[in-house]
Amino acid sequence: MRRLPTIVFTALALALAVGLATAVSPFASSHPDGLERVAIDQGFIGAGAGHPAQDASPIAGSAFPGVRDPRVATGAAGFVGTLGIFALGSGIAWTLRRGRRARAGV
Amino acid sequence: MHILDGFLDDSVAVAAAVPAIAAVGYGVHRAGRALDDRGVALVGVTGAFVFAAQMLNFPVAGGTSGHLLGGALAAVLVGPWLACLVMAVVISGQALAFADGGVAAIGANVLNMGVVGALATGALMLAARRVLPRTRATVLAVAGAGAWLSVMGGAALAAAELGVSGTVPFTTALPAMLGVHALIGVGEAAITVAAVAAVLATRPDLVGGAGSGAPVAAARGVPATEPAS
Repeated sequence: MRRLPTIVFTALALALAVGLATAVSPFASSHPDGLERVAIDQGFIGAGAGHPAQDASPIAGSAFPGVRDPRVATGAAGFVGTLGIFALGSGIAWTLRRGRRARAGV
Repeated sequence: MHILDGFLDDSVAVAAAVPAIAAVGYGVHRAGRALDDRGVALVGVTGAFVFAAQMLNFPVAGGTSGHLLGGALAAVLVGPWLACLVMAVVISGQALAFADGGVAAIGANVLNMGVVGALATGALMLAARRVLPRTRATVLAVAGAGAWLSVMGGAALAAAELGVSGTVPFTTALPAMLGVHALIGVGEAAITVAAVAAVLATRPDLVGGAGSGAPVAAARGVPATEPAS
């Protein structure tokens, strides 16, 4: 099979991630996850508290603020979050690589 | 598996952050040396995919769900050290922008959900390169085993952190965490193997650690059946 060019591969993979986070995450299981299950069973879930820094959290609880339908709110949070992480991760990697090239005098 | 603030004693949160910062710092160091253009895009896309997949909780037994951690997958795609950096970006973003997991517990969460799985999978990849034939089956087996081990390792470490913090006795937490995560780890392995298989089918040269500088197909455990593009 012919290899996909990097830009096509990147675009397809990013589209898949954004699609999953936007369209599938609203229908994901809402049961407690493994650690939450243990915390509930062992009676320490109540010890969990939000950090003061999270009071200003823009998209708390993976639900986009101001959107009434919880599924749409989750999907919107997934859309924004996935693109945001892509931008942040690529940006950090690009900056690190640029620093190296600058030091090398490229 | 996100630890919330309040689950951990401050000293435990700090103690867990030290190895996490060390691993991510080494990832940053490696990124500066080894990243090429392709690696930059791959780091971003891997982070995006892990973030998305962490939102997709799948049901396991008894009213419980699990989700991908992603440390093993990231290690196979960008190498174990860059994977630590990717996981730190994802987990910090979740805590700071989405209030998902604690802020004081970011170090512990990066360690449990990222560093442990990434480095365990990296060690498996190294070992497999020495003793197993460099085939697609080997890559997928390592990805699956690394994924399951990453969940069990993270669960055991979380139990230890909770135990030392005095939140729940370690002897109670360990079997409870390992029991439920033995199942969740199977999901982690299935998703990781499927994702790695999809990348192998489209861009086999990207599997095994971006920017390692080695001749891609031969060094990355993939049979060199295709001409390099």
